[in-house]
Amino acid sequence: MTARNPLTELDRPNSYIGRAVPRPNLTRLLRGRGQYVSDMTLPRMGHVVFVRSPYAHARILGIDTAEAEAMPGVIAVVTGKRLAEVCTPWVGVLSHLKGLKSAPQHAIAVDRACWQGEAVCAVVAETRALAEDAAERVFVNYEELEPVTDMVAALQPDATVIHPELGDNLAFERNLDAGEVDKAFAEADAVAEAEFVFGRHTGVTLEPRSIIGDWNPGEERLTVHQGTQAPHMMQNIIAKHLDLEEAQVRVICHDVGGSFGIKVHVYADEMATVALSKLLRRPVKFVADRIESFTTDIHARDHRCKGRIAVKADGTITAFAIDDMTAIGPYSMYPRTSAIEANQVVNLVGGPYTNMNYRARARVVFQNKNVTCQYRAVGHPIACSVTEGLVDLAARAIGMDPAEIRRKNLIPDDAYPTASASGLKFEALSHHASLDKLLKMMNYDALRAEQAELRKKGIHRGIGIASFIEVTNPSAAFYGVGGARISSQDGVAVRLDATGRIIVQTSITEQGQGSEAITAQVTAHALGVPMERVRVILGDTDNTPYGGGTWASRAAGIGGEAAWQAGKALKANILAVAASILQADAATLDVVNAIVVDKATGTERMPLEEVGRIAYFRPDTLPPGFQAELMTVRHFVPREYPFAFTNGIQASWLEVDTDTGFVTLLKHWCLEDCGTIINPQLVDEQIRGGVVQGIGPALYEHCRYDERGQLTNASMADYLVPMAAEMPDIEIGHVVSPTKESELGAKGAGEAGTAGAAAAVANAVNDALSPFDVTITEIPLTPEVILKALGKV
Amino acid sequence: MKASAFDYARPASVREALELLGRHGDAAKLIAGGQSLVPALNLRLLAPEILIDLGGLADLRGITVEGATVRIGAMTRHADLLGSPVIAEKLPLVAAAMPHIAHPAIRNRGTIGGNLAHADPASELPAVMQAIDAVIVVRDASGERRIAARDFFTGIYETALRDGEMIVAVEAPVAAKDERIFFHEFSRRSGDYAIVGLAARATGSGNALADLRLAYFSVGDKATLAERAAAVLGAGPVDATRLAAAQAALAEDLSPQDDQQASGSTRLHLSRVVLARAIAVLTGDASLAGRATA
Amino acid sequence: MTATVSITLTVNGETVRAEVPPRMHLADFLRERLALTGTHIGCEHGVCGACTVRLDGEIVRGCLVLAVQANGMSVETVEGASDSGELQDLQDAFRERNALQCGYCTPGMLLTAQELLAKGGVPDRETIREHMSGNYCRCTGYQAIVDAVETTARNRAAARG
Repeated sequence: MTARNPLTELDRPNSYIGRAVPRPNLTRLLRGRGQYVSDMTLPRMGHVVFVRSPYAHARILGIDTAEAEAMPGVIAVVTGKRLAEVCTPWVGVLSHLKGLKSAPQHAIAVDRACWQGEAVCAVVAETRALAEDAAERVFVNYEELEPVTDMVAALQPDATVIHPELGDNLAFERNLDAGEVDKAFAEADAVAEAEFVFGRHTGVTLEPRSIIGDWNPGEERLTVHQGTQAPHMMQNIIAKHLDLEEAQVRVICHDVGGSFGIKVHVYADEMATVALSKLLRRPVKFVADRIESFTTDIHARDHRCKGRIAVKADGTITAFAIDDMTAIGPYSMYPRTSAIEANQVVNLVGGPYTNMNYRARARVVFQNKNVTCQYRAVGHPIACSVTEGLVDLAARAIGMDPAEIRRKNLIPDDAYPTASASGLKFEALSHHASLDKLLKMMNYDALRAEQAELRKKGIHRGIGIASFIEVTNPSAAFYGVGGARISSQDGVAVRLDATGRIIVQTSITEQGQGSEAITAQVTAHALGVPMERVRVILGDTDNTPYGGGTWASRAAGIGGEAAWQAGKALKANILAVAASILQADAATLDVVNAIVVDKATGTERMPLEEVGRIAYFRPDTLPPGFQAELMTVRHFVPREYPFAFTNGIQASWLEVDTDTGFVTLLKHWCLEDCGTIINPQLVDEQIRGGVVQGIGPALYEHCRYDERGQLTNASMADYLVPMAAEMPDIEIGHVVSPTKESELGAKGAGEAGTAGAAAAVANAVNDALSPFDVTITEIPLTPEVILKALGKV
Repeated sequence: MKASAFDYARPASVREALELLGRHGDAAKLIAGGQSLVPALNLRLLAPEILIDLGGLADLRGITVEGATVRIGAMTRHADLLGSPVIAEKLPLVAAAMPHIAHPAIRNRGTIGGNLAHADPASELPAVMQAIDAVIVVRDASGERRIAARDFFTGIYETALRDGEMIVAVEAPVAAKDERIFFHEFSRRSGDYAIVGLAARATGSGNALADLRLAYFSVGDKATLAERAAAVLGAGPVDATRLAAAQAALAEDLSPQDDQQASGSTRLHLSRVVLARAIAVLTGDASLAGRATA
Repeated sequence: MTATVSITLTVNGETVRAEVPPRMHLADFLRERLALTGTHIGCEHGVCGACTVRLDGEIVRGCLVLAVQANGMSVETVEGASDSGELQDLQDAFRERNALQCGYCTPGMLLTAQELLAKGGVPDRETIREHMSGNYCRCTGYQAIVDAVETTARNRAAARG
């Protein structure tokens, strides 16, 4: 924990920094007056429905559209071949992921469908229902090809190569070898190993992906209404593939019904929708239905990871080694690629610990299933589950308490700056303060005693602990250096209007995290105005500064700092205007509660509306040569560290019914350190939501494919998401270690909950089952998985 | 995800409904609460030419007691059953099952007749009806027919209903004074379909169980009475040995299937676990449950 | 094509007459015909609860009721229940507690919670969780929603004295 001067600018009286103020945009949403893209209707708007491949792998021999074209209400039936005339294909690679390869992907498949659900033809009609009617009358002649579904088999010499021009099904491989791994294992007092298996799962945003393309041939401009996290990225990519200048494309985000990384990618069907608008010269809307969401929203975390850990009898961890394999579908996703997740696993395993002996291999494999890509806490749940699972196995091997082995090995709080075995740079973390606080918060010793008592009665409860680190505030090291036109900086423009109100335009976006709220808080605080005076505009490439958007836990840390700097700059300009009016020295003035005051005495000199009135309507009264500048813009990107790492630790308390295999979650704790907390309520709720999103795949969520590449549970009745009745109350605590990269000192908090929740739950299940000498390293932990491990079925 | 087009009729009487059903035959689907049918329509798993809406048949809705029989109209909703003091008193096993059926918004629309006609093998009510020895009253243009619940369910989504017939009511004997009941289902999440469920009732005292009925659901292609297991348990005072024999007999009574949630062997295991828990409750002998309680 | 059907119903207190195709479900009717887009669509197979509306005073899944089935009935949506002020204290509690993030589940959550609250008393957290268990929220992890419903129940009980 880093000490702060208690009298910095962030800690002024009535500070908005660190206050749980309600979000200004909630009333609209609470009254059903939000506007999501799925709610929108434009004049002459057509609805597109895609005919999707029923096969995981098939050649398209021919498409007969005649009957569909004759159906009522049909506007157009468009094949991949025709659409390719207006939309070029893309290849999802980044140059800094050396060796990553992929094949060109079209908006609509042209010759071949490579997963069940890939679009092969589009039907545009007056309503969605009519388009669905006509889609049933599109007849596609397929030649079914051998699907590649198993990731291990995909790398065998006799495997069908999905893209023959690539030579094999290996999209990417990374190897890392740090320290003296072989020596450490040879000299270890105990070695534990396991294969960790993760069920492929997906985001299930409650509002499905939604987009409207609106090409106006009169203006030669394409307006895109899209539920996206990264409007400027989309502007660039849409322009590039539709043969337009960026200036011809405007991307607008309205309210977005959940994102979690699902809505930061370039989806083929969404590109097809905007291309259809250009082709048909009218608005075209696509809203994925729930089945399409399951078969085409990116999936994630389809990993098998073998892990080993070396430990000394005194508890010192002396080596980690992993061999991770992940299957990503038939294409690397564009433009962020599908290799980042495995790359993160390599980066993050062992990250909380002092050990410097680490060997890792990751292989990323093509297969004929839906594409995978970055989803909330990218790679972290895998790395954390492997690391923390191995640490618990090591503790068990030497008979040490799980909390104690972590205390023994976590990087000391006074060791910073430091780096991990994989080379990650840590500015300031607080693992030990976090561990201590967590154990106190959960009353660890008492819980252990309760567990022991209940165990005597045959009741099996478990405690699981999981330390983690989390990537936040990414610099250009994430994507920019690899050649992607994805901004890592953000910009904020702040202006005083003539009535003393503040208008803020920011390049970060809002999908419910509270981007709008924290922008208003920070700006209001910087300016010395009540938050109610601030209106925030975001999510519009025509009307905000250029920037990255909201993803990778970056909005508050990067966009928040830009708002802080822009607000400070505007305040200086306001004071300059006031000083010239009042014939005072600007340094003696301040703004408090939207009134210019004497800094020393607090005496009110003039309200901001008076500053605005004079600057805008009576500039003639200002001194000659003085120009009021009541709009300021500032941009920010961290420069010293590629990422602002955060840390934390979670714990789960649960009961396993060893007769049924059912798990009952009793309580969950998360202690985390995201640096300066701008709005504690928003941070806590990000973490709670994230924890539950991590618990989902630990117990329930799994995209289950059969051996032919058919997704067999593509409905909300069969794909189980966490619901209210089964989720525990979650207690949150904080340690605060601000980053010195920014004046605000805020790091990201959006993914911490998801990073460690599954590991904590899995460790707790194994802790509960320890009397049976059973260790399960597979999620989801279904009743059947547990019963099988117990030998009961 | 929009339904295929269909026509719509809303008869004002059972006679009119049956007349429409007779006229349209297989091209028609009856819609009661629609809570299973409408998802199937939206998903285009079903594409009838015409829907015959029973929503206007007020005389099919309601609960009455006639002597020792409770009669429940086919259009009586789950919410009506859940809130009914008559059901709570006269058919406690039905009352015990109701909170497990889906969620409040579904229970406000779903009906007992629609549920039984749908014959989902994972649904609660087909099992409960067998446990309480209910009779399904069905009608066609020529008159009424009464089918014992145990004969009504014939397979996955299949019933003994003939072309042109519809359910008009369910009749069940009022529970005996000394009736003991048990209802439990193992479902992953509240309101989900069960992996395994059991509706059981018996009379008698202590470890002697009379008239034991064990109605399982989600363990085969239809809700099923475990008659062999019940016979074992009814042959004498229940102890751990007898219970174990009954658990073994479930292998013959049930033919659980593999699906998304569990394999057949897991289901059989869980059927045995829930049997022990049921018998512990029915006999009042907690030691038979085979597990600890906090 | 099949014939449309004439329906007359009350929506948020206003009489509405419309010609609808029988296949159109109530949530689509509210959104597409009446532009009452506060009723959201999340799954269209009755699992997520985003389309929850009240039909003759009781909550239903808007995607599992056909518009033609609502003929002659009274429909209330989140817009109506907001304008009447009926939900005000519950909405305030949601706002204060940040019991919504993206807001997409919120109209369904509010109407579902209101049905539980209308029964009176102060339900325990388990009862609240059970009652809300048919409404999916991916953002909050549910705890804030449970808190907001519990707070509202307490406040209403206190106001009743």
